[in-house]
Amino acid sequence: MTSRSSSNSRSPWLLAHAFLVFGFLYLPIGVLIVYSFNGEGVGGFPPHHLTLDWYRTLFNDGAIWDSVINSLEVACAAMIIALAFGVPAALALDRAQFPGKALFRRLVLLPLILPGIITGLSLLMLFDLAHTKLSLLTIVLGHGTALISVATTEVFAGLQKFDRAQEEASLDLGANYWQTFWRITVPNLKLPIIGAALLIFTLSMDEIAVSFFLIGRDNTLPLEIWGRLRRGITPEINAISAIIFLFSLAAIVLWYRLRVKAEGSVEVGAELLETQENYTLER
Amino acid sequence: MFSRAYKLAVTVPPLAWVALFLLTPYLLMFCYSFWSISPAQTIVHSWNVQNYRELVTVSVYWQTLLRSMWIAARVTLFSLLLGYPLAYFLSFYGGSRKDLLYQLVIIPLWVSYLVRAYAWKTILGSDGVLNTLLQYVHLAKHPLEFLLYSPFAVVLTLTHIYTPFTFLPIYASLEHIPRNLVEASHDLGATPAQTFWKVIFPLSIPGVLAGATFAFVLSLGDFLAPLLLGGPSGIMISNVVVSLFGAAYNWPLGAAISFCMLVLVVALLFVSERLEKKWSFS
Amino acid sequence: MSSITTSATASALDSPRDPASLLSIRSIAKSFGSHTVLRNISLEIGQAEFLTVLGESGSGKTTLLRIVAGFENATSGEVWMHGQRLDRQPPYKRRVNTVFQNYALFPHLTVEENVAYGLRVAKHPADEIRTRVHEALAKVKMTAHAKKKPAKISGGQQQRVALARALVNRPQLLLLDEPLSALDANLRRQMQVELKSLQREVGIAFVFVTHDQEEAMVMSDRIALLRSGELEQVASPREIYSRPATAYAAQFIGHTNLLKALVRGGIAQCGSLSWPVDLPDGSAFFSLRPESLRVIIAGSPSPGSLPLQGRVVHQAFHGATQLARVECSGGFELTLRTARELNDGIIALEFSPPDAIPVRESPERL
Repeated sequence: MTSRSSSNSRSPWLLAHAFLVFGFLYLPIGVLIVYSFNGEGVGGFPPHHLTLDWYRTLFNDGAIWDSVINSLEVACAAMIIALAFGVPAALALDRAQFPGKALFRRLVLLPLILPGIITGLSLLMLFDLAHTKLSLLTIVLGHGTALISVATTEVFAGLQKFDRAQEEASLDLGANYWQTFWRITVPNLKLPIIGAALLIFTLSMDEIAVSFFLIGRDNTLPLEIWGRLRRGITPEINAISAIIFLFSLAAIVLWYRLRVKAEGSVEVGAELLETQENYTLER
Repeated sequence: MFSRAYKLAVTVPPLAWVALFLLTPYLLMFCYSFWSISPAQTIVHSWNVQNYRELVTVSVYWQTLLRSMWIAARVTLFSLLLGYPLAYFLSFYGGSRKDLLYQLVIIPLWVSYLVRAYAWKTILGSDGVLNTLLQYVHLAKHPLEFLLYSPFAVVLTLTHIYTPFTFLPIYASLEHIPRNLVEASHDLGATPAQTFWKVIFPLSIPGVLAGATFAFVLSLGDFLAPLLLGGPSGIMISNVVVSLFGAAYNWPLGAAISFCMLVLVVALLFVSERLEKKWSFS
Repeated sequence: MSSITTSATASALDSPRDPASLLSIRSIAKSFGSHTVLRNISLEIGQAEFLTVLGESGSGKTTLLRIVAGFENATSGEVWMHGQRLDRQPPYKRRVNTVFQNYALFPHLTVEENVAYGLRVAKHPADEIRTRVHEALAKVKMTAHAKKKPAKISGGQQQRVALARALVNRPQLLLLDEPLSALDANLRRQMQVELKSLQREVGIAFVFVTHDQEEAMVMSDRIALLRSGELEQVASPREIYSRPATAYAAQFIGHTNLLKALVRGGIAQCGSLSWPVDLPDGSAFFSLRPESLRVIIAGSPSPGSLPLQGRVVHQAFHGATQLARVECSGGFELTLRTARELNDGIIALEFSPPDAIPVRESPERL
């Protein structure tokens, strides 16, 4: 009992620390949102007269919205590529033996941990060698390839919890491998797949390090923002950031609901980051 | 139970894709690092180690690399100092609000990296939020200039960005510690402090290692925060690479530096993985 | 679709080897890397037979079942059904269905959808599926739970659904992999009876895998006793009990006393006991069931039986009977079954020499 009371006496410090860390994490986000309504623009304390001017400016800004459309297209395409190759890769790592498996496993996951500049530059050299003109397509290929790692990690983690006897039962009942994949494997991996899709989509929407080197004439949203930031602080960036934040929040709430409904657990994308056990993907 | 055809169908397409779009580019980077650039700005495909020699002899390259590592080391340290106690607090004292608090740590991860880095710029700038606040409450007469365009700004921003990354694996490893171990330790007469240092901390080391690796490697390779907030003294190695691939137009030298980073990162991953294995007892 | 038509034509051709045999397992061996799991298994399974593969964990019984179902490939040997090679076909083309150890019900489908699964993938017409699913659920008394998800029903009910899901496809052979092991003792006994009568009713062959010898005795037409990847004995429960072929079979199925004797000139000698046998010279093992030992209450032993004396060292109550351990002169212990509790001290016993069944020694295997 003494131990319990003394642990509690220690926790005020931890509580205070936690408050500080949360403050640190949320300060920039709060500042962004507050100053997106600030008539004086960015900076200056205290914020002055509230206004929606920056949102108005933003909505009339064609270049921003073009880049938003571009980013949405890229994110969707990247999601399809990453899932189309990442899900089979997880199945392969889970159930097939082949020469070079260890190398393949590490290679697939490398973009997850490798600074984006290395992946971006090496792809730039590939496209340069193949005389491929840089465009949104090269960005899609870059994002798709780099984010295979996300699909593979999430789905592989799902496969670890999945009872293989179910697939055996399906084959036993006369369904072939293709039918079994769509009727049993995919429905059981629904959560990891949706989670991976959401994560890939968000990461692609936000990606800049790889896109930075593969960009052609058309900008993605982060690169459009980047271009403007380089020219100086512009308050409509606050507005678009606040909107992006709200969308991210909506995505999290959506995912949270799905997950809680399905299994009462709420770790968003946690498999991705938990430990390097996942990074190495070993059974 | 899986037929040969099934295994081929799930193995060959990802294998081919990864070989084409990951392995080939990395190998190409390796090749490039041994090529050179002619005075006429074309790539000379003859093999030599000139680029690597330049890396060692020209001080700006290795000094920048060392500075980047020093920045990354500070980011890692601060992320751990912020992330570990938070993870410990949530895991052991989170109670019924655990899930909600966990989500609160994750949410910033979903907010654009660029936007958050930019937010720090609006906070730290000479007429930014912090400086005007300090003057408003008369804590400072003049704007504090060291806040922005300095290694300080870079370390602060990257710490902000990578703290959730270090938090996650640490939290996961703490969550995996069976609570009856803590009870057993108390039962055997250990004080809470002894229990923490002798039982909980050792068992959370794999999480600490994973988190530290994430923070170090990702901040080491960052080039956007330095560009945005670093100023001349906050330049990192990736900025050098960016300029070599851009204005300076020396791809082979840029490739050599990138390849060194790649090797460094892979070596770090290898070491961290080894250490994690050593410290995981399950 | 194709699986149905090929097997339908196959069922028209009866196996030329043995018309009563449905499934023929021929010299099956299986190893995983350097680890040998099954060695030279040959087994015939009859048309409507209830065959139990009995063995301890690690004996290879589940592997044998998985080879028949098609989830594992045998290292060597063949499996034939109706004159066709079964082991060359993928699992989904075999007219064999399985009830899995933990049932492997699909959690995302309702009870009804689980049962309909096999018929749906075979693309049967919707109304036929509806009728057959309804019949199958009725047969296992699960109609009331048709719309529930598997997680919402009890273990015993899941068991029934798994049975219905397999049987609705009208397989010629049903494989059951320890289907009762997850149930508690009472329910298990009840399901043993139900399963057996269901098998009689549908009239197809069941291959039932278990580690529980009692279960095997209660349900089976024949028992195939597997030990460390080899068959010890294949026989009816009665025969395996009364005439065990090996020391292992005698000990694994029921209680027994294993006597090691030396045979010389048609006489077996074990401690102070000796009795005539029809065996060549050398050492021999005999299985003597506890109920073959009788206590001599008064007077002289019955004619033809072998008397011996011993001291009661331990008694255990087993409901209707007692098992008593008796230390005999000559330094060996015997277990005997009695109806009543014995008095401590020296007692006189007897047994008839033909009740001591000669068994082969079961050598240690890796």
